[in-house]
Amino acid sequence: MPQVTLTVNGKSHTVDVEGRTLLVELLREKLRLTGTHVGCDTSQCGACVVHMGGDSVKACTILAVQCEGAEIATIEGLAAADGTLHPMQEAFREYHALQCGFCTPGMVMSAIDLVKKHPSGLSEQEIRDGLEGNICRCTGYHNIVKAIAAAAEVMNGKRSELARAAE
Amino acid sequence: MYDFEYHKPSSIADAVKLLAADPEAKAISGGMTLLPALKHRLNKPSYVVDLSGIAELQGVRKEGGNIVIGALTRHYEIATHPQILAAIPALARMASTIGDTQVRNRGTLGGSMANNDPAADYPAAALALGATIITDRRSIPADAFFLGMFTTALEPDELVTAVSFPVPEKAGYAKMRNPASRYSMTGVFVAKGPSGVRVGVNGAGPCAFRQQEMEAALTANWSPDAVAKVKQAPDELNSDIHGSAEYRASLVTVMARRAVADAG
Repeated sequence: MPQVTLTVNGKSHTVDVEGRTLLVELLREKLRLTGTHVGCDTSQCGACVVHMGGDSVKACTILAVQCEGAEIATIEGLAAADGTLHPMQEAFREYHALQCGFCTPGMVMSAIDLVKKHPSGLSEQEIRDGLEGNICRCTGYHNIVKAIAAAAEVMNGKRSELARAAE
Repeated sequence: MYDFEYHKPSSIADAVKLLAADPEAKAISGGMTLLPALKHRLNKPSYVVDLSGIAELQGVRKEGGNIVIGALTRHYEIATHPQILAAIPALARMASTIGDTQVRNRGTLGGSMANNDPAADYPAAALALGATIITDRRSIPADAFFLGMFTTALEPDELVTAVSFPVPEKAGYAKMRNPASRYSMTGVFVAKGPSGVRVGVNGAGPCAFRQQEMEAALTANWSPDAVAKVKQAPDELNSDIHGSAEYRASLVTVMARRAVADAG
């Protein structure tokens, strides 16, 4: 049986897997990190988004064995040890950017990658385009967009166009 | 998904040896097409050969008048690479419209070329730019590479190692996306390059193709108006619940006009 060694939220794990085991199965079933969700299982909905080497990826469409040596970050690794939320989580709470919450872990992970790749700020359109790979079935996008704009300000120490327009 | 043996060779030679050893073996890079197909049990590979550890397949470089892009280059890298943005901005812009962010972070140029999905973006760009597909054993001009739906000139054990794109004077791209799947219903890539004006079309037919009447019209007069009058025949175009062949034929003209406007 193949073995894979990877780092998840800063901790190294060596896990026995099958060739066909998906990263999301490794996270949920082997490491019991069930914050990463499986929605569509067809790489469309984005509920399973995690970071691999800092880039957002869909964990339902990566083999666990492809993650040998990789640095994976999941929703469980965002908050500080004392429970202080990541600015993106805090903004989702503040702006009520969720209804049922199923899509939220993937939304938050995608949003963090989006903000990091736009250090000079994000327009509302860029946020909406950046969420193309994440589906919310409660139709809650509006508050999600507001939350990401607010978190981008905190993360980049700058005010976004959208936040300025809202004032 | 059926289980398989996983291999991760570190050289092209070892990868080819593995692929040649078993006709049921499959190569994987980003896996953005292969993994969904395996989940549907459309394939039952004996080995999955992961190419991601092969350094020879990496990198972007300028070679004379060409930009040579390694097969493992991800769509996100193509969309943001300074050399590509400077030399062929239309190619970078096109890459920024593939799938979604997460797909662009994993999917690769080589994988998309070798898969030759009718709705894939790169084949139209490769045809229009007059690209050359470099494999482990030969160089294949784009005109001789895309043979039909999901079919290329590649041998079963042959690997795309890089694609060489001649730097054009001008190039542009426009596509109409399916509103649900976001795949190209019809996309047109236009380029004025070292081998003249070339027009590549994706999504409309079972395989990307060149639109030679539009090439002639643009050679005579490089302007959106020049292609606006050229009609694409609907024969042999795709017809499905998303659009008829006639609709796709009309999209070829509209997208060509927008692509020329995009090229400037």
